[in-house]
Amino acid sequence: MEELLELKSITKIIQNESDMNNTILDHVDLTINKGDFITVLGGNGAGKSTLFNSITGSQSVTSGQIDFKEKNVTTWSEEKRARFMGRVFQDPKMGTAPRMTVEENLLLALKRGKKRPFLPRKLKEHRKYFEELCASIGNGLEDHLDTPTGHLSGGQRQSLSLLMTTLTEPDLLLLDEHTAALDPKTSKRLMALTNQMIQEKELTCLMITHRMEDALTYGNRLILMENGKVKLDLGEEEKNKLTLEDLFVLFERE
Amino acid sequence: MFISAIAQGFLWAILGIGIFTTYRILNFPDLTVEGSFPLGSAVAVTAIVSGIHPFVATLLAILAGMAAGLVTGLLYTKGKVPVILSGILVMSGLHSVILFVMQRPNLSLLNYPKLYDLFTGLPNYFDVIFIGLLALTLVISGLLFFFYTSKGQAYIATGDNESMARSIGIKTDNMKILGLVFANGVIALSGALIAQDNGYADVNGGIGIIVIGLASIIIAEVIFKEVTLGERLLTIVIGSVLYQLLLLAVIQLGFDTTYIRLFSSSILALFLMSPQLRKGLKLTGFSGRRE
Repeated sequence: MEELLELKSITKIIQNESDMNNTILDHVDLTINKGDFITVLGGNGAGKSTLFNSITGSQSVTSGQIDFKEKNVTTWSEEKRARFMGRVFQDPKMGTAPRMTVEENLLLALKRGKKRPFLPRKLKEHRKYFEELCASIGNGLEDHLDTPTGHLSGGQRQSLSLLMTTLTEPDLLLLDEHTAALDPKTSKRLMALTNQMIQEKELTCLMITHRMEDALTYGNRLILMENGKVKLDLGEEEKNKLTLEDLFVLFERE
Repeated sequence: MFISAIAQGFLWAILGIGIFTTYRILNFPDLTVEGSFPLGSAVAVTAIVSGIHPFVATLLAILAGMAAGLVTGLLYTKGKVPVILSGILVMSGLHSVILFVMQRPNLSLLNYPKLYDLFTGLPNYFDVIFIGLLALTLVISGLLFFFYTSKGQAYIATGDNESMARSIGIKTDNMKILGLVFANGVIALSGALIAQDNGYADVNGGIGIIVIGLASIIIAEVIFKEVTLGERLLTIVIGSVLYQLLLLAVIQLGFDTTYIRLFSSSILALFLMSPQLRKGLKLTGFSGRRE
């Protein structure tokens, strides 16, 4: 198995108002291999989001090292890491530029990690491609190519975010409870679409979820976080044996 | 008087467009304006007085404004000083820079050449209108070209949703610096043109001008809703001219000019409050904002 990302003893400590040290991540060691589709479970305050922020670089870590393809990227900025990782946020408002149209957003995402020169953007040349792309997900987004994304529904915005993130097939896809803000039906459809994309493009993915069913149904590895530590790390075989009851028991124990 | 107000409106519109590129596109208020505007005036007038051609003098003013924007940008992005404070620091510091440049609080252009002299054949004020329109055409077409480049789209995205922009690899700090440098260059240009129209530069020439710039933007937005980016830039020109005409009307009505600033601020405040006022008067039905 090819190693993609390795977290070595990642610790994140923040100071709260009363100058007390609050350990959010506590010496987390985690190796993500190419082709992994890991579902991440954990209660509130377990450190899931901070783990994501440390991986993307939107938050710096207090100590520890992050290696990507055996290169130390601990001090790399978020913009630089964006070349090889993409992220879908929980809040549908977070993933797109609201005043820009659907196709403008897609064009922005197409340039992930590339130079953005002082040259005409050539939107028209991509129109057909974007239309097909939007049509492929089947929720009518292709009729809204000229609509500012701020006017779209939450479900449409999230599927657009997913398209934008997977467009350039990043080495690592990070999904931060990306279906949590949607109604059950939309959420189910988006999750199925997500899974389909991951399988088709053979993406490596880390997905935070609060839906235990999803954590069991999807992915080939499952980790459970608790108090800033990885409590449990199950491979494909163990995960397949796991039942919903087992998961509830694990959660109860917390 | 009427033509003069329109001419003034064109020159102030350049300021409005400069402010628009940061205030509305990047979504933050840049207070450097009140320093880079008189800096533009001071540099242009000083250069002309020391024998430099007015055209070159105006270019020098633009460069000076860009430098001021660069300082604010670096304080904000690299120094992590909040943007309003960065602007205030630079604005305040520029006061000394302007005094250093002019060596006195104000400098007259009486009997010196001006950019407007290039078109002496035109009737009164039309030379100003001509130069104003020329400068506006250059600035607006340049901006529109920029906005629809790959870089420009990254710039707009930075103001629209910064965390998303960063997550797809846009260097948002560089975009903010770019915006501040460009905007303050444009603002200094308007300072240089207005100083040449007035015939002098004054170290205090920047006080309250942010209100004039914002007024043209807000008037444009209140009157013309739901327009494209290009149309928005043009409506700012209209907004600026309307604002100058409004001020002219007030002066013609015999209003004491001592209170002109208070009046300006009140007009702007009214426009800014207009959505709220309409709601209060239950007029939303006929001219409410589309959602």
